[in-house]
Amino acid sequence: MSSVLKKTGVLIATLLLVSLLAFLAFQIIPADPVTMMLGTDYTPERAEALRHQLGLDRGVLVRYWDWLSGFVRGDMGVSYSYAVEVREVLRGKIAVTAALSLLSWVLVTAVSIPLGIALARYKGRKLEQITVSLNQILMSVPSFFLGILFTWLFGLVLRLFVPGRFVPFSESFWGCLGYLFFPALAISVPKTAKTAKLLRSAILGEMKQDYVLTAYSHGNSRWMVISRHVLRNALLPVVTYLAMSLADIVASSIIVEQVFVVPGLGRLLIASISNRDFPVALCIVVMIAFVVVVMNYLADLLTQAIDPRVRLS
Amino acid sequence: MIDIKDRSFRTGAVITGFVLVVLLIGLFWTPYDPNAMNAAEKMLSPCLRHPFGTDNFGRDIFSRVVQGAGSTFLIALGSVGIGLLAGVFIGGLTGWYGGWVDEVLMRVNDSLTAFPSLLTALVLIAVFGSGTHNIILALGILFIPTFARIVRMEVARQKALDYVRNAKLMGVRELRILFVHILPNILPVLLSTVAISFNNAVLAEASMSYLGLGVQPPDPSLGRMLGEAQAYLLRAPWYAVSTGLAIVLLVLGFGLLSEGLGGEGRA
Amino acid sequence: MKRFLSFLLVLAMTAALCACGGGKSQSSGSEFTVGISADLDTSLDPHVSSSSAGTREVLFNIFEGLVKPDTEGNLIPAIAEDYTVNDTADVYTYTLREGVRFHNGNPVTVGDVVFSLSRAAGLETGDPLVADVAAIADVRAEGERTVVVTLKAPDTEFNSHMTVAIIPEGIDPAREVVGTGPFRFVSRTPQESVVLERFDDYWGEKAVPSKVTLKVIPDAQTMVMSLRSGAIDLAARLSSSQVSSLGDLKVIEGCNNIVQALYLNNDFEPFRDIRVRQALCYAIDKQKVIDLSADGHGTPLGSSMFPAFGKYFVPGLTDYYKPDPAKAKALLKEAGYEKLSFTITVASNMPMHVDAAQVIVEQLREVGVDAKINQVEWAAWYKEVYSGRNYEATVVGLDAHGLAASDMLARFQSDHAKNFVNFRSEEYDETYAKAIATVDGDAQTALFKQCETILTEQAANVYLQDVADFVVMQKDVTGWRFYPLYVMDLSTLTRV
Repeated sequence: MSSVLKKTGVLIATLLLVSLLAFLAFQIIPADPVTMMLGTDYTPERAEALRHQLGLDRGVLVRYWDWLSGFVRGDMGVSYSYAVEVREVLRGKIAVTAALSLLSWVLVTAVSIPLGIALARYKGRKLEQITVSLNQILMSVPSFFLGILFTWLFGLVLRLFVPGRFVPFSESFWGCLGYLFFPALAISVPKTAKTAKLLRSAILGEMKQDYVLTAYSHGNSRWMVISRHVLRNALLPVVTYLAMSLADIVASSIIVEQVFVVPGLGRLLIASISNRDFPVALCIVVMIAFVVVVMNYLADLLTQAIDPRVRLS
Repeated sequence: MIDIKDRSFRTGAVITGFVLVVLLIGLFWTPYDPNAMNAAEKMLSPCLRHPFGTDNFGRDIFSRVVQGAGSTFLIALGSVGIGLLAGVFIGGLTGWYGGWVDEVLMRVNDSLTAFPSLLTALVLIAVFGSGTHNIILALGILFIPTFARIVRMEVARQKALDYVRNAKLMGVRELRILFVHILPNILPVLLSTVAISFNNAVLAEASMSYLGLGVQPPDPSLGRMLGEAQAYLLRAPWYAVSTGLAIVLLVLGFGLLSEGLGGEGRA
Repeated sequence: MKRFLSFLLVLAMTAALCACGGGKSQSSGSEFTVGISADLDTSLDPHVSSSSAGTREVLFNIFEGLVKPDTEGNLIPAIAEDYTVNDTADVYTYTLREGVRFHNGNPVTVGDVVFSLSRAAGLETGDPLVADVAAIADVRAEGERTVVVTLKAPDTEFNSHMTVAIIPEGIDPAREVVGTGPFRFVSRTPQESVVLERFDDYWGEKAVPSKVTLKVIPDAQTMVMSLRSGAIDLAARLSSSQVSSLGDLKVIEGCNNIVQALYLNNDFEPFRDIRVRQALCYAIDKQKVIDLSADGHGTPLGSSMFPAFGKYFVPGLTDYYKPDPAKAKALLKEAGYEKLSFTITVASNMPMHVDAAQVIVEQLREVGVDAKINQVEWAAWYKEVYSGRNYEATVVGLDAHGLAASDMLARFQSDHAKNFVNFRSEEYDETYAKAIATVDGDAQTALFKQCETILTEQAANVYLQDVADFVVMQKDVTGWRFYPLYVMDLSTLTRV
């Protein structure tokens, strides 16, 4: 129990540090949002007044504290570019990116586990060797390149969906999911290949253990050995990996959203970084980092719960 | 330690070797000037004179892919170099001396690795601005925590070994022990991390340039060209496909190499 | 577990299949989806955001002034039905049209007009929001339907600035978007879309589309993909390279009505030397730029004026600098800049400028000039280059608010707020001031032409072309109208 407490403490410290680092990074940027907001014709007095109004004339740590306490309360500040609350700007977009990431993650999980098991089960056969090589290649394909190919193949040639015509969640649940399926596929292919490979080598590693020989000696078939004995142990690193890979999936979705014109956080993040709209960019960066840190923490706890050996070390 | 007979290592070495030879030649000679425009030869299909066809300015795509891969490669090399040097330095010192500095730095380190690498790269680009030099710097900084953590762990482990204790007893200066005695012993682990980081760098550069935040036109870079090629998918699919395959080849070669070196192969 | 996961997979694939079968345009009947390459400015306050062309061309559909331009470039009465000007050209009297309503249902009163013009001219704050109307000394109402505008100095072209938007008194223009145009503003989603609806109480000919969704698509390649897939009905201002990969959509060609040039920051040390600027003019072959970046579509230009301006346009200036690499090298050597290098900052959402910049870099390389391109997001370009003047060179197109010569030429006065190239010439300032004060039409035209000639002779910028404007639409869409100005008129779009 105390280890859980300790981990939670570390989690909170990490969250604080992550937000501080992100906040500081956006303070270094040599740009002045005030000139941005006022346009071409303005007087120094107006600029000074606005600077004061935005609180830009106060110390960095004071501003960090104000921002953090606001963030925790759900008050994320006002966007420089849109002059409305950041919450307003983000409205609806978080859900889209979350849905895309989650769908990709489900695809990765749903495909990679059976695939990994099958690859281990049929090790040595011709088809398996081809699949393993193909798998290795798929691991190396950047997801945005796949995205480009998919918009071309499924969108423009096969006309399975209309690239650029995103169906909002509010309009049609299935329509939305149907559109997101293609970007999710692009994101999940390389990840699936990696996960399947990891599972395959984990299973093959376990197969060399003594207990497996014992199981064989009791007359179990290869399949029964894998499904009854090996899988439980072999899945452990895979589960951890899957939990942690959500971070990469969110990051890939930021780019793949551009390819498929999905109105999620990606476009907004890139635009707000180029436009120096710090409140928006900072908010998105910190939110994503928080999700990642929390996922890693949960993966950690999960591993501990499943595998008693980890608890000792 | 390095198993030359390992199949993935061998395949990786062959692919990487091939890519490197092409890139090396490309640094000094390409069939055409990659930036030379020709109004009379716009958007040609692949033919004998232009194996990958030409783009919307009449530039030879093959020459551009070779040079683009070259610049992507150099960016990856530069950024991994920065990450490696700074990481070894920071990781080595903190691992050796420990103490509160170690604690603080490793906490910061952990927090930095908590960001998805692409996100960190985006933030750093926001700080430095776009362009080739800035992207090398940004990606370099991105890799420091990874290297620092691995080096620190290894140094801390080796510190307790006999050969280090003996060296200490013999009165060898500490920094000498650290960089002359210990470093060669952690080289294999470092090499595999280098290969993985290299892949991450190639992918990150491609993504950044695709988003328009990396290498600037008219210089070719694989990511930037992929962005341009996307507009011509239906008219000239070979443009996108050849550029994309170049990325795949680079990443595949180094991925296999890192696996052969015993890395976990995680990109 | 495994069965559950396979179930999920099947679910996802079914969903994908459900979504299939699209292909035709999304919006049906009189609803349209139009692609725009940059999100609108921060504020939709028509007096504040008056300088970004991409925002202005959208606001054209929402706001109107006392007068507005028609498709010929003439000023036609809008909120005012008539006006008179006194002999000394410093008092303009406008008579308001009856029955004009704001989108909030209120009728337009003289109070609203006085409020709008005073606000734009900064009469109370002493800080004009719209530089074009800074010349106003006083605005007052006479009776229920007449507004009298008095100027600080005579200006025969002042009426052309009365396109400045009229907004209701008492609203907060930063938050409420209320005008009198054929469309009313419904909503905007940052980096995503802007929705307009037909204004049924419009005083003039009502808009045909009942609803127009403007979709923000900053990537040139995604714009092409969205047109091909049918996700958007129409996109304007595409480049020739984008159009070349479009296939069988309907493409019509017009002019963007801009002066595309390699604009030089005359304060950047090497560009202070006129010989360097002239060398660049000799080094760059504008016809080649047009051929390579736009397949030969476009009108070469030699000064800050495009042909739509008619009598003000001086065709002879186009070939003032004939391409001559040897001369360019000699001039650079003379100026001591044989190893010149500089950066061209371009907005990444505008392929026509990015493409032209790429060709320029190649041409400059031939005379030993090392130019680099830095692509930035539109808003960053606007901040750094246009308002911050913190750049070395840029490729962009400058448009005109109206067809008065001052719309193009005012900005090159030494101390003008929009003189982002920092051009300074006493001769120019004097000639321009004389032109503005001249009442006689022909004499004035001659003076404006002289201004253009000065810009060319001084090589203020490397002038390129008026870029061809490709408007692409789905086959069933029609009704697009070109203006001699940078305008996007959505009110006449129809479907056949």
